[in-house]
Amino acid sequence: MSGVRLAARQVLYENRAFWRNPPAAFFTFAFPLLFLVIFNMLFGNETIRVPGGETSASTFFVPAIATFAIVNATFSNLATSVPFARDQGLLKRYRGTPLPGWGYLTARVAHAVVVTILLVALVTAFGALFYGVDVPTNTLPAVLVALAVGAFAFCSLGLAMTAVIPNADAGPAIVNAVILPLLFISDVFIQTDQAPEWVSTLGSVFPVKHLSEALQTAFNPFHTGAGFEWGHIGIVAVWGVVGLFLAMRFFSWEPRT
Amino acid sequence: MGEAAIEVRDLRKSYGDVEAVAGIDLTVARGEVVALLGPNGAGKTTTVEILEGHRDRDGGEVSVLGHDPADRSLDLRKRIGIVLQTTGVEPYLTIAETVEQFRGLYPSPRSLDEVLEAVGLTDLRDRRVKRLSGGQQRRLDVAVGLAGDPDLLFLDEPTTGFDPSARRDAWDMILNLRSLGKTVLLTTHYMDEAQSLADRVAIIVRGRIVAEGPPAILTGRDRHATISFRDSGDGLPVEVGEAEVEGGMVRIRTEEPTRVLHALTSWATARGEELPELSVARPSLEDVYLELTRDPT
Repeated sequence: MSGVRLAARQVLYENRAFWRNPPAAFFTFAFPLLFLVIFNMLFGNETIRVPGGETSASTFFVPAIATFAIVNATFSNLATSVPFARDQGLLKRYRGTPLPGWGYLTARVAHAVVVTILLVALVTAFGALFYGVDVPTNTLPAVLVALAVGAFAFCSLGLAMTAVIPNADAGPAIVNAVILPLLFISDVFIQTDQAPEWVSTLGSVFPVKHLSEALQTAFNPFHTGAGFEWGHIGIVAVWGVVGLFLAMRFFSWEPRT
Repeated sequence: MGEAAIEVRDLRKSYGDVEAVAGIDLTVARGEVVALLGPNGAGKTTTVEILEGHRDRDGGEVSVLGHDPADRSLDLRKRIGIVLQTTGVEPYLTIAETVEQFRGLYPSPRSLDEVLEAVGLTDLRDRRVKRLSGGQQRRLDVAVGLAGDPDLLFLDEPTTGFDPSARRDAWDMILNLRSLGKTVLLTTHYMDEAQSLADRVAIIVRGRIVAEGPPAILTGRDRHATISFRDSGDGLPVEVGEAEVEGGMVRIRTEEPTRVLHALTSWATARGEELPELSVARPSLEDVYLELTRDPT
């Protein structure tokens, strides 16, 4: 049990260290909002067809940017910051203390999840205030489930990713090269209605599109049910389990040489 | 076996074809400060990292406070402090917060004030880690290693890269640890550091311990003395044996300094001359070290 207590305590220090760097904290939150504003500025007045009727494109962009925010705060964050801590010798230092290895990583993940929840809430509130997007009520549990499964999956994948990132300097370049193309073929930044069939199929293999689809349903104002997209959620979860397995198998506490 | 803090028998570790540790035996008693001294790449860090549980070994028996470090047992991690050669801390926390953070990981930590006092960081307790100098960061590393009030402390090259005054301060700090009764295993490639700090020195060369003992005994093993004086160009009496002249100084290495000195001084006084800058020197740890680490070519 004491490992759990140490991990919980570690979350507080992760959190404190995060807020001690206000510029980094500010842009962590400003970055997805910036995308939300830009996409709404460019396409917000267009009308789009969603299951059940027609609505403004803003209704598409809020869950899409929420997806982007989740991926950014979990996958991209861990895949760049953990190799940084590894190169500095911070991971190895913790490993010589009574704090269990899983305890340290759980604390990192917990902190990433806290940031993710704040971001999704912020994106939703911003959309409701400035773009008249409905805040999910009936489908709120569905949003939370998608958020939880998405955060789990992309944290696992982010930690697995550290195994192929040779050093901290290479981190951001590799992460961007992986995640940006994926976001474009996953209906997050743009809808790929006119895209070739194979692009859409390729996007469907990866988890980003499925997380986005699950959130799109939950944010659809015409949706009358509870909004659970179990098929999409399931695929995201499978990716999470695979990521967790790879992370446990290949994670390194020492700088790669 | 129960008395020793560290027991190592025939420790071996290879990286590919390179045998980094080639059969090391080492015993460190409780309360002892032992230095592993050797050139870069001699196997010092590999050895301590095996003892810390950071690295697997290929062969040999290892016991650290009664545990095999390869098991990475929680009980052992509660009782050791590790100061790695390169290591990091959160840059945006203060010194006091950082030490607190690590204190909280141990069942019976040393008090914050005592830890800061031991490493001389009391006055800087509220300074952010990011703003510390290299020497101050290294002290913080040691503070973090001490936070859990360990029975055994590993210090891997604690003063590498320090300026002379920062090194003196670090030495005082380590001597302070000794007075607290801590067992310390440190690695260094500075002779004077090993000589000043350690109860016992083990010299490692190419993965083996080539000499081991208290610094005074190590230097005492060599019965040679070196007699030197400024060359006046008058030659030497035949009784002194072989001499070498380098940089205007005559050097005579001998196992019979009394006899040689007598011959020299009689020769000089008979001619009514002084031997300028005359000195007789016992070998330093550095001489012993250089002798032992010389490449066998």
